[in-house]
Amino acid sequence: MSGGQADALPVHFGVGDKVRVRVAHPPGHLRTPWYIRGQRGAVERICGAFANPEELAYNRPGLPRQPLYRIRFRQTDLWPDYAGPKTDTVEVEIYQHWLEPDEAAP
Amino acid sequence: MRGHHDMGGLPAGKVEPTEHQYAPWEKRVDAMLVLLGAPERGLMRTDELRRNIEALAPDVYERMSYYERWMASIAATMLQRGVFTADELGRKLAEVEAREP
Repeated sequence: MSGGQADALPVHFGVGDKVRVRVAHPPGHLRTPWYIRGQRGAVERICGAFANPEELAYNRPGLPRQPLYRIRFRQTDLWPDYAGPKTDTVEVEIYQHWLEPDEAAP
Repeated sequence: MRGHHDMGGLPAGKVEPTEHQYAPWEKRVDAMLVLLGAPERGLMRTDELRRNIEALAPDVYERMSYYERWMASIAATMLQRGVFTADELGRKLAEVEAREP
C-alpha cells in the first residue's frame, strides 16, 4: 500500500509540468473529484506510487502501482464567480492515469 | 455523470459540526469492519467500503446515517465476496426482527 517503487509504473510528469485532468465518467470508486475533471493545473509534487484504488474497490490487486501527484489549480479557473484573490489555489491528489499533458499550456 | 456522493463544489450552506456519543451498535459496526479487514481474514477493503457506499441510491444515501451507510456497504460486500448468500441474510434479518424488543 505504501509508496514503494517496485512494480510501479514509470513517472510521466515532473514538478511544474502543466497537466489537464481527463474527462471520464466510469462507474465504481473514483478518487478524481467530479469538479476537477477537465481542469488545467501544474504538478506541485510527486507523492509516490500506490495500488490503484479503483481496482482495490473490486478486491483486485490494483497493480502495477500508479504514480500519485499533487496538482495545483487556480481557484479562479475552477469557479467562474470566485471572489477571492487571483493567487488562491486548490491542491488535489490525482493518479497518473487521470492526467494528460496540457498541450494548450504556454 | 456525477456520483451523488461526489458533492465537492456544489452550492451548500454553512457546515455545522456536531458531536454525539456513539451508540453501542455504531461501535460494533466500526469493530466489525476492522475485524473483516484484518490481514488474517482479508474479507473487506476500505476501497470496497467506499465503493458500496457510493453505490447507494441518492435517497437512501441521504436518509442513512454515517454508520448505517457502513452497515449497508458491509452487507453488500459480504454478498459480493460470497461470505453469505442473500437468502441467508434475509432469513437472519427476519429472525432478528422477530426477537422480543
